[in-house]
Amino acid sequence: MADTWRGIWVVGYRELVRFVRDRSRIISSIAFPLLFLVIFGAGFSRVMGALAPGVDFVQFMYPGIIAMTVLTTSLFAGIGVVWDREFGFLKEILVAPLGRTGIVLGKATGATVLALLQAGVMLVIAPLVGVHIDLATILALIPVVIVLSLGLSGLGILVASFMRSQQGFQLAIQLLIFPLIFLAGVFFPVNSVPVWLEVLAKLNPLTYGVDAIRQIFLGEGAAAAGLGVTIFGHTMTIAEDILVVGILGAVLLAAAVWAFRRQE
Amino acid sequence: MVDVRLLTRHFGALEAVKSVSFELAAGEIFGFLGPNGAGKTTTINMLCTLLTPTEGEATVNGFDVVGQRSDVRRSIGLVFQQPTLDEYLTAIQNLRFHGYAYGIPAAVRERRMRELLEMVELWDRRDSDVRTYSGGMKRRLEIARGLLHHPRVLFLDEPTLGLDPQTRRRIWQYLLDLRQGEGLTIFMTTHYMDEAEYCDRIAIIDHGSIVGLDTPAALKDRVGGDLITIKAPDGAAAAAEIRTRYGIEPQLADDAIRFHVPQGETFLPEFVRSFGQPLESIGLSRPTLDDVFLTLTGHEIRDEEVSGFDQMLQQGRRRF
Repeated sequence: MADTWRGIWVVGYRELVRFVRDRSRIISSIAFPLLFLVIFGAGFSRVMGALAPGVDFVQFMYPGIIAMTVLTTSLFAGIGVVWDREFGFLKEILVAPLGRTGIVLGKATGATVLALLQAGVMLVIAPLVGVHIDLATILALIPVVIVLSLGLSGLGILVASFMRSQQGFQLAIQLLIFPLIFLAGVFFPVNSVPVWLEVLAKLNPLTYGVDAIRQIFLGEGAAAAGLGVTIFGHTMTIAEDILVVGILGAVLLAAAVWAFRRQE
Repeated sequence: MVDVRLLTRHFGALEAVKSVSFELAAGEIFGFLGPNGAGKTTTINMLCTLLTPTEGEATVNGFDVVGQRSDVRRSIGLVFQQPTLDEYLTAIQNLRFHGYAYGIPAAVRERRMRELLEMVELWDRRDSDVRTYSGGMKRRLEIARGLLHHPRVLFLDEPTLGLDPQTRRRIWQYLLDLRQGEGLTIFMTTHYMDEAEYCDRIAIIDHGSIVGLDTPAALKDRVGGDLITIKAPDGAAAAAEIRTRYGIEPQLADDAIRFHVPQGETFLPEFVRSFGQPLESIGLSRPTLDDVFLTLTGHEIRDEEVSGFDQMLQQGRRRF
């Protein structure tokens, strides 16, 4: 047990050190979501008008962009595994008395801390897009980001356990990121799209993460006004969203631990 | 200190290591000698808990390599064939990370770091990024790192591969000093014959099996002893006298006569005193481990071309 705890902090610490060193990753992880926000916002705001009373397109999209930042940062947690394998350092970690579970949880924890920091950076631009934030918003956001990020890091590490090269990993992650983001209701309310799209979006677990974050920013009233996620006539609450994301996240993390142990 | 019984590892249909057994006493330097692909790295990986044996068992410092992995890992230091340093960190940062991972108290860690970096002569370069180091410096840093947590057994997989002779000598000096100073047990693999000479005992491994295990001197005695080469004005008469007096069949090649005796040093004084024929020259040469390897396996140790077997082993390794 002590080995597992030490694994979590040693490996988590290293993830942070690696990230600070990797400037291109810092820049791209912030620039990418911002680009979406600015370009999509500028492109669609005028044509679309208000989606619900007091909610224009940029305000609608902004919480989704935060979820997107969390998604990208978390999935890329796995690249550390692939990088370390390529350069041999993974062996140093594997022969240390750390416990495989601790190593995986450490990677996920490191990624979660990064996701929190990046969500914090995104909060700075909230006033610019006309989204109101206060301390309660921030306090509510933290647990949602943690739950979402831990699970998605699990997915990233799971993918990484099967990848031998960084190029292969990046390709696999891109293939995952795009459908996950476009079908998560970041850019459209999932209740008011064609049925086939609605079904796909409601099967996408990220949808519930986006919905939870959106309700934190825009209030539960926005969900009631048709911007939420309705399953069989029931509109999801924040707690229910978190439950869905949490259960799936636990499964993904468990799968990541299994995949990581499996490789000798 | 290390106890291995009938250890076996398969990779699919391939038997990389076949029922290998040996023991290491505390403070011993034990060498695993064999060509590439013989199963040396696979054996090390099983002993350091990176690979699960297919069959057989092994203990290191009294701990089972399958059932008590964490205790085994704490008891051993490792220097791998390929570098396993974080090249974007400095030497100090690499060592400190190792200290965290092994839970070494900060005060002990800082003292030990200085002591080891001074030993491997890298203290002056402690704050440089490892990517600016030469191959020899990296290897020395890895040895220092492998010793940071006071292991009982140090495993070295081809520790001097690709290094120049001067650096190789220096690394050997550290290892011999460590055995002296800390009573460290050392397990190493090599395919350099001259390095195997430093070991207390050597296991010769070929195609996954141990074909000979003994001290370097005893292994050489198995070849049939030392080689004596003499030259005499009357070669035929000298050869005849050797044949009748010692019951040895000498070989006549060029104008020299060669024959093997078990103990060359004690044989020669008596031989010179009592030999009847005039002599021009006498030479004594000890058999080399190359001769031993040839005798035991029927082929020479060499860097064979990378076969399908090697490729598969390398793929197995790359999975780490």
